[in-house]
Order: sequence, then C-alpha cells, then structure tokens
Amino acid sequence: MLTAVAIAVDGLGFAAWLFLSSVGLTLIYGVMRILNIAHGGFYALGAYASAWAIGLYMQTGQPVALAFLIIPVMAVLAGTVAGLLIERGVLRFMYGRDEVLMVLVTYALFLILEDVTKLIWGTDSYVAWQPAYALGTIDIMGIPYTGYKFMIIGVAVVCGGALYWGLSHTRVGKLLLVVIEDREVAGSLGINVTRFFTVTFLVGATLGALGGALTAPEISVVPGIGAEIIVMAFAVIVIGGMGSIPGAVIGALIVGLARATSVHLYPPAELFSIYLVMAAVLAVKPYGLFALAEGRKI
Amino acid sequence: MTRADKTEWALIIAFPVLIAAALLLPSWMVNYIQVSLGTGLVALGVMIQMRAGLVSFGQGLYFCVGGYAAGMAGKFLGITDFFVLLVLGVVAALVISIALGFLLRRYREIFFAMLSLAVSMILYGLLSSSEGLGSTDGFNLPVPTYLFFAPEGDAARMTLYALTAALTVICAIVLNRVLRSPLGMINEAIRENELRVEYLGSSAHYAVHVTYVIAACVSSIGGVLWALSLGHVDPEMTNWTTSGAFVFVVILAGTGNIIAPLVGTFLLEILRVYAVELSPNTWQMILGTVMLLTIIFLPKGLWSLMGRKPKAQGPSPDGAVQPGE
Repeated sequence: MLTAVAIAVDGLGFAAWLFLSSVGLTLIYGVMRILNIAHGGFYALGAYASAWAIGLYMQTGQPVALAFLIIPVMAVLAGTVAGLLIERGVLRFMYGRDEVLMVLVTYALFLILEDVTKLIWGTDSYVAWQPAYALGTIDIMGIPYTGYKFMIIGVAVVCGGALYWGLSHTRVGKLLLVVIEDREVAGSLGINVTRFFTVTFLVGATLGALGGALTAPEISVVPGIGAEIIVMAFAVIVIGGMGSIPGAVIGALIVGLARATSVHLYPPAELFSIYLVMAAVLAVKPYGLFALAEGRKI
Repeated sequence: MTRADKTEWALIIAFPVLIAAALLLPSWMVNYIQVSLGTGLVALGVMIQMRAGLVSFGQGLYFCVGGYAAGMAGKFLGITDFFVLLVLGVVAALVISIALGFLLRRYREIFFAMLSLAVSMILYGLLSSSEGLGSTDGFNLPVPTYLFFAPEGDAARMTLYALTAALTVICAIVLNRVLRSPLGMINEAIRENELRVEYLGSSAHYAVHVTYVIAACVSSIGGVLWALSLGHVDPEMTNWTTSGAFVFVVILAGTGNIIAPLVGTFLLEILRVYAVELSPNTWQMILGTVMLLTIIFLPKGLWSLMGRKPKAQGPSPDGAVQPGE
C-alpha cells in the first residue's frame, strides 16, 4: 500500500515534469509539422539560465521568495530569444520542406544550441537548490516529499489548462486550429499563417525552456541534459499521438507512472521502462493514442 | 552500369592503397583510418536505408550490438578468435534486426527515424544500468587471434588493420551490388512513392525489412572492427548522439555513391581530432553549421560536386528535396 502511494505520488511528479518538457514539442509538431529536436536545446538553455540567475540572486542575500519569479522570467527570456533567432533566422526559409529533412535541420540547430550553452555558461555544473529547499517537505503516509514537487504538478496543471482553454475558447486559438487542420485553406481565408508559425514556435520554445527552468532547482545542471530530455519527450508525445495536447497529458502520465513503478520495484529498469511502454503502446496503436488521421498519397 | 563498375574498381584499387598507407603513414594516422573504416561501415548502413527514404536515427544500436557481442564473447566465453567474434557480432545483429524489423517496417519518415532512435535508447538504458557489463564505463576487449595465428605488437596491429581494410572493401562492393539489384531499385521507388510500388506488385514492407537487416549486419561488422581496434566498448556506442553523427556523415557526403560515406567518415574523423584540440566547446557548433549549410546549399551532399560539371543539366528540381536523394 505504501509502495502504491509512493508510486502514485512520484509518478504524478514525473508526469508533471514530463508534460511541461514535452508539450512544446507536440504543439510545434501539431501546428508546423516540425519535429523539433532543438527542443532539447531550449530545455537546457532554460535550465542554465534559471540556475545561473538564481545563483546570482541568492548571493545578494535577498529573500528566497523572489527566486520563484526568476524561474518564469528566465524561461520566457531564453525561449523567446533563442526561439526568435532560430525561427526567423533559419526555419522560416525551410517551411514546406520534407518532414524528415526538418528533423535533420533541427538536429543541426540542436548541436549549435548545445555549444552556445557551453560558450555562455561553460562546462561546470550549476546548482540552485534554494527554491526547492524553501518550500519544505510534505509528509504523505510518513514519506516526506518536497513541496517543490507539488508546485511543479500545479504549474503543469495550470499550463495544460491554459493551453486547452486558449485553443478552444479564444479567437486566436480557434484560428490556430484552422491552421492545424489545413494551412493552405487557412491562408486563403486570410489568416496570416506565417505569423501563427512564429508565435507557435516561440510559445513552444518558451514551454521547453520553462520545463528546464523549473527542473533546475531539483538537479545539478550539467552539459548533456538537453540530449536526455529530447528522447524522453519524444516517447511522451509519440505515445499520446504527435501533435495532440491531450495526448501529451496521457503520454506524460503513462511514462511518469511507468518510470515511478520501475524506480520503486526494480530500479535498474528505470531508463528503459519508458521505451518499453512506448513500444507496447505502438504495437497496438501504431501512431499513438490520439493520432490525427492521415490521408494516403497516391 | 558503367559508373557503378567504376565504383567497384575504385574500391578494389583502394585496398592496396590502404595497405600501402599503413606502411608509409605515421601510426597515429593509421589508427584514425582504421577507426574510421569501422564507423564508415555504419554510415554505409545508414546510407542504404536513406536510399529508400528512411533516416535511421538509431543505427548506433547495431554498431553497439556488434561491439558488445564480440566483447561479451571475449569477456565471458574467453573467445579471442577474430573470425568467431565477427560471426557472433553479425549473428547477434541479424537476430535482433529480423525481430525488430517486424515492428519498424510499418513506419516511414519521422516515425521510422524516431522509433529507431527509441529502440537504440532501450539498449542504451539496459547497458548503462547493467553492472556486470561495466555500466556506463563499458569494458575492454581481448587482443584478437587469427585461427592459429596469434601475432603480437606491430604484427598484430597490421593484421587487424589489413583485415579491417579488406572487410570494408568487401562490404562496400556487396552493398554496391545491393543498390544495383532489384531490391535497390525497389528501394528507390519506395522513396518516390510507396503506394505505386505496392500497386506494381512488390511488397514495400518486405523490401524495407530486408534493407533494414542488411544495414544492421553491415553496421555490426563495423561495430566489431571498431571495438577490436580500440579494444574497448561502452554504451555511448548506442546513444542517439552517436547515431546522429552517422546521419550527419551521410548527409554531408551524400548518398550518390557507396564510397562517399566512407571518405566522409575519414575526413570527419580527422577534422574532429583537430577541432576538439583547438576549440573543444565549439566543435558541435561547427558540425551543426556545416550540416545546415549542406542541407541548404548541397542537398545531395558533397559527392554531388564530383564529376557533374561537364554534363549540362536541366534545372534541378529544388522545391521538394528528399533527404535520400
């Protein structure tokens, strides 16, 4: 029973973190049909930016409460600057190209981003534990959990809810759904498709950076975290069906619970339990649980 | 046909040239050639799949399977014979690729790319957490023997080098034949339009499966040769960033000719040595930039610069460039 509760809580924690780190990826794919490997770069950029800024801020001896504000600010800053440079500087010249080619392009961008991160922050590790520590712990059936974990769950719920509401209840969201459905028809109806692409890419990049920025206080930020997250984020969105936001929620929950289960019952399986679950889902539903139907091209 | 024959002649001539190089060049250079022949074979595996329009972002899987199969046979069974290790590596890759092929042959485009990546990451996770195999540090391989011949020192290095060169040449010639065979032609057709291939009576699933298995076997040979020449294996072999490097080579070199990825791998290896020494923190940035520029300006890779100038070509169809062309 105790293990079951521990798995459920840890699983939810993992799921929230996975959702935040992967929802930008699925959003960009859904709208732009670009599987953005550079997403891992945004994640790393967000993590470094927030760990670095929190470290600087804490040195001044100010109260820790403001450090929580630094996280979203740095995420938006990192995501917007890097996203804008990449979208305006490179991607907009490649729209309409083959999807596989775009994977290679974003892979090249990922490699560049990795080194940009190294050039800015060096190869040392950064720790910014203060915000995670400040929230204390919450006991559930005698097991202490960090309050920070519950804050991440809360942020994930808010972000997911905001995206859902934004897409289904606002004018811009409804126009975006038209772009997703058919970009040519959307263009002929007078929708500025290119602007939607830019905005979507910025939102997606910022979400990726936010995933990294929120994780930074819990981990030691080192080179290579971007390469790790991108494969996990991919597993999440492919389980749910690429391009589907409800799919990302379900995918994150499945992967999060699978990982928590293996951590508690059989730790060596932690790394590959994720892909095992993915393979199992794909064996039944080849394009994920919430996949969009594709027409055959003759 | 004539151009393809030229390729095979070039490969046959390349063998004595490679042997001569080993005798004339300094030994550090020979080491790089040997290592890049091993990884070059994996790049060939990526290339023949790309001819069918399939980008494998997980070819490191079979590179690693080959290396680990040979290494485990040496570590646990005490086998040191080169040919037995090689056969074990290939058999392991054969079995795994036939099984996984049933899953992967159903997918195309980014799904194929990312699923092959995910599958290779399963192995990465397995190996990184198995302490019996040295976790992330990997383990060392035995010095190989050759049937009843157990050379030492320089002779051992030379024997391994000569066999590596010979095997690479043989694999390249075989793959060149595969590309010209009916299977190779069907693969090109699959890249253009899979449904029409099916309407014409060929099974696209079957062709993709066979190509996947061939690519896996070639990559595992590369893995065995690479592991034996370095004397060490670790899970990094199947990390997706390693597989990405193979894709990079093929994009840069182009898929026009079987020799292109081999030469590309060698040049990249040399470039890496200098770049890592000069500026270790901008090495990936250089890679990424070169890759971007290649995709934008030379969609058919560097090989397309070779010998195309004299022929007057019509306007090339830019708009919808496939990565496999």
